[in-house]
Amino acid sequence: MSEAFDITETLDVKGASCPMPVVKTKSAIDDLAEGEVLEVVATDSGSMSDLKGWAAGTDGVELLEQVEDGDVYKHYVQKTA
Amino acid sequence: MSTDTPSAGADSEPMSEEALQERIEELEEQVASLETEVGDGQKKMTIVATQGTFDMAYPPLILASTAAAFGWDVVVFHTFWGLDILHEEKSSDLKLSAVGNPNMPMPNALAALPGMDRMATRMMEKRIDENGTATIEELIELSLDQGVDLQACQMTIELMEYDEDDFYDGVTTGVGAATALQHMAESDIQLLV
Repeated sequence: MSEAFDITETLDVKGASCPMPVVKTKSAIDDLAEGEVLEVVATDSGSMSDLKGWAAGTDGVELLEQVEDGDVYKHYVQKTA
Repeated sequence: MSTDTPSAGADSEPMSEEALQERIEELEEQVASLETEVGDGQKKMTIVATQGTFDMAYPPLILASTAAAFGWDVVVFHTFWGLDILHEEKSSDLKLSAVGNPNMPMPNALAALPGMDRMATRMMEKRIDENGTATIEELIELSLDQGVDLQACQMTIELMEYDEDDFYDGVTTGVGAATALQHMAESDIQLLV
């Protein structure tokens, strides 16, 4: 997989279900600087829709990409402000 | 022409520059006060949690912690049985009711037998653990960490003969219906669970 961006941090939320992937993503994003990218690795299939909804409804974050990789769902979130 | 503003009508003298300047300042003040009233665009949600069974503890806590992740201002007002969710000792011992629950795979006559609620609760706890779903305690800690205002209804605290120290650290006590209503009036979303 080739991403067009550099990953700053990876958050492993494999095995955790709603609302943990979103809530932990929010906490991890808070610790990043503007422009940095968080990779979120989840096994919760609901995280595809939830992370998208969260990013759309939250200021200062942008969902760059979502990838389904077997049983694992990867989300790339950039802190934009 | 009916107006309560001091603006000039079509057939009256045009306003002096000084009067116009005064009017502009007046309007700017009005806009500023309206902006303060509306807030900075941050959404607000108030949930009233009235149920204290194991299953009913989850929806308010999941919604509250997720809303906090959106950066919303969140208040959960716990009243009647909902108060047990915030009670440090009782929250770890909430039970699922097997009786009168059509989702239970057993008839009511069987569900009413002693120990059935405990068994049903154990089954659910096991499922929750296997599914990687957070525990009630984890969701409470998470909500408090994220700045959710978990409120314990003072009237219910006294009714149930609880002590203010019985609740998790960070829980707001000494609040009543008027506080809850005030939050609801300011909220974009109000839910009764």
